[in-house]
Amino acid sequence: MTSIQKTRRPGARMHLKREITAYLFIAPNFIGYMVLTFVPIILSFVYSTFDWNLGVYKAYTGIANYRYMFFEDLDFWKVVWNTFYYTIGTVPVCLILSLLLAMLMNQQLKGKTFFRSVFFFPYVASLVAVAVVWMALFNPDKGPVNEILMSLGISDPPRWAGSAEWAMPTIIGLTIWKQAGYYMVVYLAALQGVPTELYEAARMDGANAFQRFAHVTWPMVTPTTFFVTMMLIIGTFKSYDIMYVTTQGGPGVATKVLAYHIYNNAFVYNKYGYASALSVFLFAVVLVITLIQFRGEKRFTNYL
Amino acid sequence: MTNTEHMAPKRFIPSKAVGRTLLYVLLIAGCAVMLLPFAWMISSSLKTEADVFTFPIQWIPSSPRWKNYQLIWEKVPLLNGFKNSTILTICTMVLQITTSSLAAYAFAKLEFTGRNFLFLAYVTTIAIPWQVYMVPQYIMMASWQLTDSLIGIIIMHAFTAFGVFMMRQFYMGIPNELLEAARIDGLSEAGIWARIMVPLSKPAVATLAITAFVFEWNDFMGPRIYLSSTSKQTLQLVLRLFNTQYSSNYAQMMAAATVALIPVFILFCFLQRYFVQGVATSGLKG
Repeated sequence: MTSIQKTRRPGARMHLKREITAYLFIAPNFIGYMVLTFVPIILSFVYSTFDWNLGVYKAYTGIANYRYMFFEDLDFWKVVWNTFYYTIGTVPVCLILSLLLAMLMNQQLKGKTFFRSVFFFPYVASLVAVAVVWMALFNPDKGPVNEILMSLGISDPPRWAGSAEWAMPTIIGLTIWKQAGYYMVVYLAALQGVPTELYEAARMDGANAFQRFAHVTWPMVTPTTFFVTMMLIIGTFKSYDIMYVTTQGGPGVATKVLAYHIYNNAFVYNKYGYASALSVFLFAVVLVITLIQFRGEKRFTNYL
Repeated sequence: MTNTEHMAPKRFIPSKAVGRTLLYVLLIAGCAVMLLPFAWMISSSLKTEADVFTFPIQWIPSSPRWKNYQLIWEKVPLLNGFKNSTILTICTMVLQITTSSLAAYAFAKLEFTGRNFLFLAYVTTIAIPWQVYMVPQYIMMASWQLTDSLIGIIIMHAFTAFGVFMMRQFYMGIPNELLEAARIDGLSEAGIWARIMVPLSKPAVATLAITAFVFEWNDFMGPRIYLSSTSKQTLQLVLRLFNTQYSSNYAQMMAAATVALIPVFILFCFLQRYFVQGVATSGLKG
C-alpha cells in the first residue's frame, strides 16, 4: 500500500505541475488577448444597449439604438448600400484577376521572382503613401490619367474622386491594384499544390486548355477560392482607412461605408452606444459570411 | 489561354511561341500597371511644383530638384515620425513573437485540461475584425490612461490570435521524439522552448515578424484614433499631416511618400521570400 501511495502522489503532483507549466506558457498571450479582444467584443453587445452620447453615460435603453439604426438614421442604409457596392465592385474582379495572374505565374518563366515581387509590392506599400499618389494621378483637372484620356479624344473624362458617381469606382480600383498581388500569392501556393499528373492525365484524354482549367484547375483550387472570397468580403466590409485617406467619405456620403460610420459615430460624434450597435451589425455580417463560407466549403469543395 | 501549360516541350511549335510571347506581354503589362504609379511618384518628387502636371509626362526631370527631399523634413516632424514608428514596430514585433510562440508551444506540444476549448476560442475569433470591438477597446484603454501613448498601441497589438495559430501550425511539424529525448536529458519545458523550439522555428518567426512589421509600420487608423499629440505621431500620421497641410504642393507630397516607402522597400528587396511565405502559409489551411 505504502509503495503505491508513494508512487501515486508524486505522479499527481507531476501532473499538476505539468498543467501549471502549460498554463504559464499560454498566459501572457491568452490574458492579453482575453482582456483586449474577447472582453471588448462582449462589451460591444453590452454598450449597444446603452444610451451613451458625448462620452457621458446615460442609461440602458434596450433596443433603442437598433431601432434608430434601422428606422431613423438616414445615413445607415446609404452606408450599407455603399459597403455592398464596394464589396460587389471589388471582390469578383480582384478574385478573377488574382487567379489569372497566379495561373500566368504558375509556369516555367524567366524572372518569376521579379514578377511576383512587383505584383506583391503594392500590398506592402503604405496606404497613406499610395493613396496620395493615386489621387494625384486621378486628379480630375490636371492628373495624368485625365490628360491621357483627353489626348485620346475623350473631351469630358470622369471627375474620379471628385464626383459622386466615380468616387467609389476610383477607390475600388485602388483597392484592387493594392491587393491583387496578395491574393495572387495565395492562389499561387494553391496552384503549386495541384499534382501535375492530373494535367498529364487530362492532356492524355485530349482535354484542351479551357477544359483543363474547368475540370482540373478550378475544382482543385475551390477551397482557396472560398478562403479568398471570404477574406476579400470581410476585408471590404471592415475597411474605411482607404476612404479616410482618399475621399473622407465624400463627395457627400458617396464613399461613406459601414466601418467609417462606426468610426464617425464613435470618435467624431462620441456616440459610443450607437457606434457599438453599428459594430454589432458589422459582427453579424462577418458571422454570416463566415458561416456561409464554412457551409459552402463543405458542400462544394471537390477533393479529387 | 494556355494557362495551365506545365511542361513546355523542347521542340519549337509556332502556336507555343505565340502563347509564350503573349504570356510575357501580359505579365509585363501587369507590371507596368503596378510600377508606373511608383515611377510617377519618384519622378514628380524631383520636379518643381509647376512641372509636376505637365503633359506629356516628362519621366526624367531635366534638372532634378533634390531640394524637395530636404524641405519636407523641415515642414513636418518626419524624423520624429520615423522614430515613433520604429519604436512601435519593434516593440509590437518582439511581444507578438514571444507571446505567440510561448502559447503556441503549449497548444502544440503540452497536454492540459481545456486545451482544445481554449484553442477553439482563438480560432473562432481570429476572423473578427478590429472594427467590431475598437470602440469598447478604446473606452477601456482610455479608462487606463493608455490613449495618446505609444504603450497603448503596443499592448493593443501585442497579443494576436493569428500569431498563435501560425506558430502552432509550425510547431506541430516538429517531431515529439525530439522533445522526449530532451526531457529525458533533464531539460525543463522552458528550456525546450528556448533551446529547441525557438531555434527550429526561425522561418515561422521570420514570417510572423514580417507580417507584424508590415501591419504595424503601415497601420493608420490605430494611431489616428489613439494618438493626438504631435510628438507621438507615427510616420503614417506625419505623412498624412503633410498631405493635408500642403495639399497643393504635389512635388513635396510625392517626396514625402517616397521617403515613407523606402524602409519597406529595402526590407522587401532583401526579405521578399518571407513576405511571400507569410501570405502563402496563411492561405493554405492545415
